[in-house]
Amino acid sequence: MYQAIVFLPLVGAILAGLITLAGARARFPGGSPVAEGHDHAADHHAVDEHGAQRHDAHHPTEPAAAGSRAAELITTSLLFVSMILSWIGFVSVGFGQDVHVNLINWFTAGDLKVDWALRVDTLTAVMLVVVTTVSAFVHLYSIGYMVEEPYRPRFFCYLSLFTFAMLMLVTSDNLVQLFFGWEGVGLMSYLLIGYWYQKPEANAAAIKAFVVNRVGDFGFALGIFAVFMMTGAIDFDTIFAQAPSLVGKTIHFLFWNVDALTLICILLFIGAMGKSAQFLLHTWLPDAMEGPTPVSALIHAATMVTAGVFMVARLSPLFELAPTAQAVVVFFGATTAMFAATIGLVQNDIKRIIAYSTCSQLGYMFVAMGVGAYSVGMFHLFTHAFFKALLFLGSGSVIMAMHHEQDIQKMGGLKDKIPFTYTMMVIGTLALTGFPLTAGYFSKDAIIESAFVSHNPMAIYAFGLTVAAAALTSFYSWRLIFVTFHGRPHDRHHYDAAHESPAVILIPLAFLAAGAILSGYPFKELFVGHGVETFFRDSLRFAPSNHILEELHQVPYGIALLPTVMMGLGFLVSWYFYIRKPALPAELARQHEPLYKFLLNKWYIDELYEIIFVRPTLWLGRLLWKQGDGRIIDGLGPDGVSARVLDVTRNVVRLQTGYLYHYAFAMLIGAAAFITWFIVRAGTG
Amino acid sequence: MLSWPILSVTTFLPLVGALFIMMLSGEGEVEKRNARWVALWTTLITFAVSLVLVWRFDAGSAEFQFVERRPWIAGTINYHMGVDGISLPFVILTTALMPLCIIASWGAIQQRVKEYMIAFLVLETLMVGTFCALDLVLFYLFFEGGLIPMFLIIGVWGGPRRVYASFKFFLYTLLGSVLMLLAIMAMYWDAGTTDIPTLLKHGFPAHLQTWAWLAFFASFAVKMPMWPVHTWLPDAHVEAPTAGSVILAAILLKMGGYGFLRFSLPMFPLASQDFAPLIFTLSVIAIVYTSLVALVQEDMKKLIAYSSVAHMGFVTMGIFAATTQGIAGGIFQMVSHGIVSGALFLSVGVVYDRLHTREISAYGGLVNRMPLYAAAFMVFTLANVGLPGTSGFVGEFLTLIGTFKVSIWTATAATLGVILSAAYALWLYRKVVLGALVKPKLAAIKDLDYRELITLGPLAILTILFGVFPKPIIDMSAGSIAHLITQYQTALGAAKTAASAAAMLVK
Repeated sequence: MYQAIVFLPLVGAILAGLITLAGARARFPGGSPVAEGHDHAADHHAVDEHGAQRHDAHHPTEPAAAGSRAAELITTSLLFVSMILSWIGFVSVGFGQDVHVNLINWFTAGDLKVDWALRVDTLTAVMLVVVTTVSAFVHLYSIGYMVEEPYRPRFFCYLSLFTFAMLMLVTSDNLVQLFFGWEGVGLMSYLLIGYWYQKPEANAAAIKAFVVNRVGDFGFALGIFAVFMMTGAIDFDTIFAQAPSLVGKTIHFLFWNVDALTLICILLFIGAMGKSAQFLLHTWLPDAMEGPTPVSALIHAATMVTAGVFMVARLSPLFELAPTAQAVVVFFGATTAMFAATIGLVQNDIKRIIAYSTCSQLGYMFVAMGVGAYSVGMFHLFTHAFFKALLFLGSGSVIMAMHHEQDIQKMGGLKDKIPFTYTMMVIGTLALTGFPLTAGYFSKDAIIESAFVSHNPMAIYAFGLTVAAAALTSFYSWRLIFVTFHGRPHDRHHYDAAHESPAVILIPLAFLAAGAILSGYPFKELFVGHGVETFFRDSLRFAPSNHILEELHQVPYGIALLPTVMMGLGFLVSWYFYIRKPALPAELARQHEPLYKFLLNKWYIDELYEIIFVRPTLWLGRLLWKQGDGRIIDGLGPDGVSARVLDVTRNVVRLQTGYLYHYAFAMLIGAAAFITWFIVRAGTG
Repeated sequence: MLSWPILSVTTFLPLVGALFIMMLSGEGEVEKRNARWVALWTTLITFAVSLVLVWRFDAGSAEFQFVERRPWIAGTINYHMGVDGISLPFVILTTALMPLCIIASWGAIQQRVKEYMIAFLVLETLMVGTFCALDLVLFYLFFEGGLIPMFLIIGVWGGPRRVYASFKFFLYTLLGSVLMLLAIMAMYWDAGTTDIPTLLKHGFPAHLQTWAWLAFFASFAVKMPMWPVHTWLPDAHVEAPTAGSVILAAILLKMGGYGFLRFSLPMFPLASQDFAPLIFTLSVIAIVYTSLVALVQEDMKKLIAYSSVAHMGFVTMGIFAATTQGIAGGIFQMVSHGIVSGALFLSVGVVYDRLHTREISAYGGLVNRMPLYAAAFMVFTLANVGLPGTSGFVGEFLTLIGTFKVSIWTATAATLGVILSAAYALWLYRKVVLGALVKPKLAAIKDLDYRELITLGPLAILTILFGVFPKPIIDMSAGSIAHLITQYQTALGAAKTAASAAAMLVK
């Protein structure tokens, strides 16, 4: 059964991929590279002027690729099967036994043995339901959303292949397979962000996503090497069994002697920072919004970006032994939660607002991971997947209604035009801001409370920032709702044409909305309460001194109430700014221009990176090429010599047969004969 | 063992084909066609024969297999052939790529077709011979002989600056080989034989090891190529015809790595250990330096050539880490790079044949009219990036994990390569394949024809297959690697004991 969960999406992806290739071949039959007279195909398929702008305008100028419907149906139905099996697995593993399936040996070199295997414990089971559920609904939603696209088989192939890679990631039983899934989802993210390959911004965003993630993977890879050096293994069971014996050991890394476990955990966490878009490695996530909206919902909100959180949870037996690394995790989590929220305050692109919100919420999850409240962080990952996917898909419905307009300043008053989408978005916002009894309320408040009771040196910092970020979250979320759906329409033309989306889009919204409410309370006991121990068992390890889950329930009443108060505060301010006094925000922005610009330009981090990384790298590359290779190495070495040789040979060549290579032949055969003669003589004499 | 001399057959069958082509006569087109077909069938049959090697090879044994031995010159030099787990993968790589090269040259080469095919077949004989030779003199003849046809392929069928490029190639390589020749003589005088299996057990004195190691290093480092003797490679690639580039990148570069494994490491273990830091430094510089240079290239072939140098940096690093993972990774990386870089050069050839330029800026938006090409090129680009699931990952990963144990510094700096390779490879892909198709010259460009599908398709499949299931190659060499490392460690251990005993005496 678990093989089916993981491999059905792969089967779907392969079938859709074959359909894509067959369709592409039919459309552009190959031809000999040598031009053969009059080219008929060129007449029909010559680049039309519309071709270049096709995807920007989202107006189809081509019919759908052959087999589009088949590809959609195959991938979507296989995903739904996978989803149902996942929920069955969730119950049977969560309330029963762990499962371990060994598939095949990947490679073995000496004592390094790497297997393809499926390890399904409760932690994995939670991820399985999150991934397959969101993915299944995103597949369904995409049938409606991508209806104008000509190349749908390719899109569905990518979606399913992404799902497969993500499932390999969460079911991995060793670090290398985890890395396979990790880079696999990175690849699919690259391909899906760049899905509209004619758009330069999409291509740039895709490369940025891949390369920034690779910076994180640099740390991840070194972490794996260090683990192997210290334990001689890369599979989780062996590593975890050996972890306690590593306490106190050091590694001489670069110039320092560092505590082995701290180093390993921090290196691996750098990988997590890249994938989960944490502060400093977050720059790719907002740009990733260039991809189609269903992709943003699936990859850049619900699943892939949470891989870093999952990784820390999976490695809890290591992190529990490395308090310094835990403090680092808390620091980056809290910083990201606050930092991304401040940027979210002033953005105007509907998808980017939600992207920054995602970034910020991932920060919350890392705070929970860092303070040792692993199940609490997983709880937020679980609830967040539903309400954030809902918000993204809802915003996709808005974007469709507005004919591909994404600027909320050009919207307004849409609640009467698209009431269903409006309702769904409000549910998502309630859950995100932590309105009582919605899913987000339970999970987010639990994180803030765990930060409060934690003994981590960074706990106070984290508590302060997460509380403040809660107010900001509420503010920008309601700002989005008020500006988009309330007030007067800012673009009459688009407003008049706005229409509610078809059922194939609204049904997934309804299901996810149900998840945004129901994934909270019913699961509270399992993730935060007394059920944690029997539910998660060994999949999360809490050190003997880690009592955070008990202490969590004894926070003072005032602290427990604080996030809700913050949420209310954010709502009120937002309401005052955008409903009561709509002129006020512009006024404020004018008064505090530098601050506003600072936030609008995302703290100028992209510009900073451009100056300190991108340009110097290219400059160095050019320097090494022209000066290093060109002037120094070639100048001193071969060019000097070969110039002389060339002078000589050219003359000789001109004199004689004119065939340079005769001389080469003669030269080498002569050399060979000489060698043979020499050795023979030495042998006999 | 077999009753017939399979290694000699594999080695010299192409030569027979070459003779056959030489005897062909006919009118222009007919003759060309016959030459192509004879070359193709010869290489296909050779490949089929070499598969028997795989089938009958005993991977559990570290001994040389299929051994042939006949007296040859002056009673001391023998015609001695044999393969073990280190050489066999390269033999197969050579025979497997050769038919693809012939197919890739089918339409692209119209001048002197007969001579071209002869050069390729002779080259195949020399390359296979290099990997099978078990006598130093025999090895040297094959190894250096390979220079001639390659020199001709670049110099005759190459691009506008072919004379410059072929001379640069020739000068570099010749310099190394002269030094190697001296070392071979020195070894002969010390051991009294040129028989490789005997030399492997000989145990050279420490001072000779140092000098011989350096001399071999000069030759192999150029072939590899290692920084700073790499500058011939970009020029040679740029000027070589497509199939020439494929062979150069896929096979000829591997001779350096093979040489390190066959000679430097087992015969001069003390020197290898002493010089490991030098190799590490040069490897890391190669990886970082050439990756940076690749980032700013304007010529497709040059970019791939520079990335080849970076990838070979992983190989040298892994080999001289002298750990099981490092060496297994080095061998695997070489095989994988043979497939991937060969395929990348073939991919460049596809568009070069259509537009006759390698300028990156001349392209853009090919995916709009060449979707299959885009798909295949994507697979090879990802393998070049070292994405898990492609063959490129396994070699890089193994060499790095094997080196980390020995030198954290080296492995850490080399891992920077994974960031840079992503940047340059994806940048190339974006500039050439993605984007809108606006250049008028590309408006009527055609997707892959069936001949190009035959060459790129199998390579794409192998790239993914060996990424997911690399065991056939890794297991093939496992026994020989284990043996090599045991010998290496024993030699080092013996030297250490001797040194401490000497120290005791002095006291």
